[in-house]
This record gives sequence, structure tokens and C-alpha cells, in this order.
Amino acid sequence: MNSVIGMIFVAVGLAFNVLGCIGMIRLPDMYNRLQASTKCVTMGTCMVMIGVMISAGFLHSAQLSARCIICMVFILITAPTAAHALAHGAYSFGVRLWEKSVVNRYEEDFPKKSTDQDHE
Amino acid sequence: MLFIPAYLVLLACCGLCLYRVGRGPTAADRAMAIDILGIVVVCFTALLSLKTGEVFYMDIGISWAILSFIGTIALAKHLEGRGFDE
Amino acid sequence: MKQVAMFLLLLLLWVVLVWPFEAAGGQIHLVAGELVPGIFVALLVVLIMRHSIPEGFKAWINPVRLFWFVVYVGVFVFYVIKANFDVAYRIIHPAMPIHPGIVKVKTTLKTRAGIAMLANAIALTPGTLTLHAEENGDLYVHWINVKATDVEGATGYIVSRFEWLIKRILE
Repeated sequence: MNSVIGMIFVAVGLAFNVLGCIGMIRLPDMYNRLQASTKCVTMGTCMVMIGVMISAGFLHSAQLSARCIICMVFILITAPTAAHALAHGAYSFGVRLWEKSVVNRYEEDFPKKSTDQDHE
Repeated sequence: MLFIPAYLVLLACCGLCLYRVGRGPTAADRAMAIDILGIVVVCFTALLSLKTGEVFYMDIGISWAILSFIGTIALAKHLEGRGFDE
Repeated sequence: MKQVAMFLLLLLLWVVLVWPFEAAGGQIHLVAGELVPGIFVALLVVLIMRHSIPEGFKAWINPVRLFWFVVYVGVFVFYVIKANFDVAYRIIHPAMPIHPGIVKVKTTLKTRAGIAMLANAIALTPGTLTLHAEENGDLYVHWINVKATDVEGATGYIVSRFEWLIKRILE
């Protein structure tokens, strides 16, 4: 019974992982891709770890569960931080928004000094 | 037996990330894809640990997550530094 | 004081990871050969990092804050799941219903830790990602589906979900 519940968690997590990766291919610009992939892959991996913990048994393999919980907390803290650092770095680098974007308050408040450059 | 489809799904994820690494129009896209690849590999180690019952795979996963995070931060800082110079 | 707390935290992490206990003959023994390296390494880390340990260990020993932290974790998990279904819908939909843009929001949180916690929460909740944070509480947020372009409207949509909780936890 435990292994069935665990397998369901693992399957849902893997589905979210795949969706995140598909979003990384489909979406039009770097910031949208960053959002989709960070959110979906983070939660997908966390659900896979919950599934692993349930299938292995919390008490039967306490060491594995402890490592899974530490890894989950670590990923939940660091993935948004890395995404923020990458977004800020990419903006400073000169990656531009999608041309159909609605609004860009950041450029209004901090106009860019450098001229248009394509980093392609 | 259910593990082999799971591995294939994760391999497909890695393939999509590698496609973005190779194709990505800007350097920032590549850095992002490498970050996501790191998290997918952690997922892989968790499943391997469940399959074999060995705990040390999860140790590898934790250290992989830490190293991937540090590498991503370093890449982001590098991108930012170049932006300020130009 | 904060060095001692840091040392105990690191030692606890080592004990959880290595588990230096051994059951033999109905009794549980402590294996010294696996605990002593942990003490050594934790001491070394605290000595190297002694100037960059953040303040505020004592503030966490407070049942009211811990209660609000538990509430915050619950709300956070709910919004993470909601965010994932939202993003998954936008990815699967053939027409990709996205209206991205960068909006500016204002927060009344004062401390750096509070702003960092809010930025972290924003990054995992529906369709938003913090791009830049100013010291005075202005946040520039990339929003995948812009509903309000002015500062007040965007603040109402994005920040107000978490601000009251973080204010109770940290301030």
C-alpha cells in the first residue's frame, strides 16, 4: 500500500518535471522560461522525494528519510535564490524581454546605459 | 519494473535541458538550463537510492545540489559583472 | 553566544547525516570514532565563519513566532501547488495565454531578512519572480500574467498574500 502511494507521488512529480522542461523549450523569452522551469522542476523534485520517503518507509529507513528532508529543504531555499540571481544577472547582461511584454517598470526607473546589443 | 519508465522520463528531461543548453540564444539561457539539469540529477539520485536501497546515493544528491547552486550563483555573478563593464 | 548556537546546529546536522549510534546487545552505543570528526569539522567551520554569522538566533526561541512560522509554511505550500498548476496550464495550452511584464511593488517590511524572505516567497508563487530588490522595500517583479500595471494594484495582488505573515514572524 505504501509503495503504491509513493509511486503515485513519484509519477506526479515526474509529470511536473517534464512539464517544466517542456515549458523551458516552448516559452518565448528567458524570464518566462526561468519562471516555468524553476517552479515546476522544484516542486516536481520535492514530490519525487516525498514519494521516495513514503515508499521506503519513514521509520524503516530513517537515514534515507532524513537525507530526503534535508535535500528538500535545501532545494526549496536555494532554487528561488538561484532563479533571482540568474534573472538579475541576465538583466544586467542585456537579455531583453519578449517584444509582446506588457510593461517594464524596471527600465523606466533604471534606464540602461549600454546601447542595443545582441548577445547571440 | 516501474523504475525503467521513470528513468526514461528523467532522461527525456535531461535531453530537453541539453537541447536548451545547445540551442539557447543567450548565455543566460544556457546557465538556466544547467541549473535545472542539476535539480533533475538530484531527482535521479533519489530514485536510484530507492531502487538499490543504498543511502549514499542521497549523499551524492545533497552534494550535487550544493555544488549546482554554487555554480549557478557564480555564473550569474559572472553574467552580471560583464554587464557592468560594457 | 551565536557561535555556540551555530556549532550546535552544525553538530546536529552531522549527527543526523552520519548517525553515529550502534545497537549491540540490546543497548545503543555511541561510536566515538564517527562523532569526533564532526565536532572537529563543526569547530573549524565556526572558527572560519565567525564574523559572518547572522544575528537573531535568540529571536526564534519564541512560541508565537514559531506558531506563525508553521502557518506560513502551510500557506506557502498551498501557493506553491497553486502556482504549479497555473504554470502547467499556461505551458500546455496551445495558444500560451501569457502577458509577461515587469511591475514595481512596494513592501513595508523593514529588515533585510524580511525582504529576503518575501522575495523567496514571491519567486515560488503564481507567476511571479523577483528581479531586483532595493534597500527601501521596492521590489521589481517579473509577472507572467500582468493584471495591474500600477504600483498599488500590483502590490495588492502580489505582496499582500505574504506580508502580514512575515511581519508577524520577523518583526
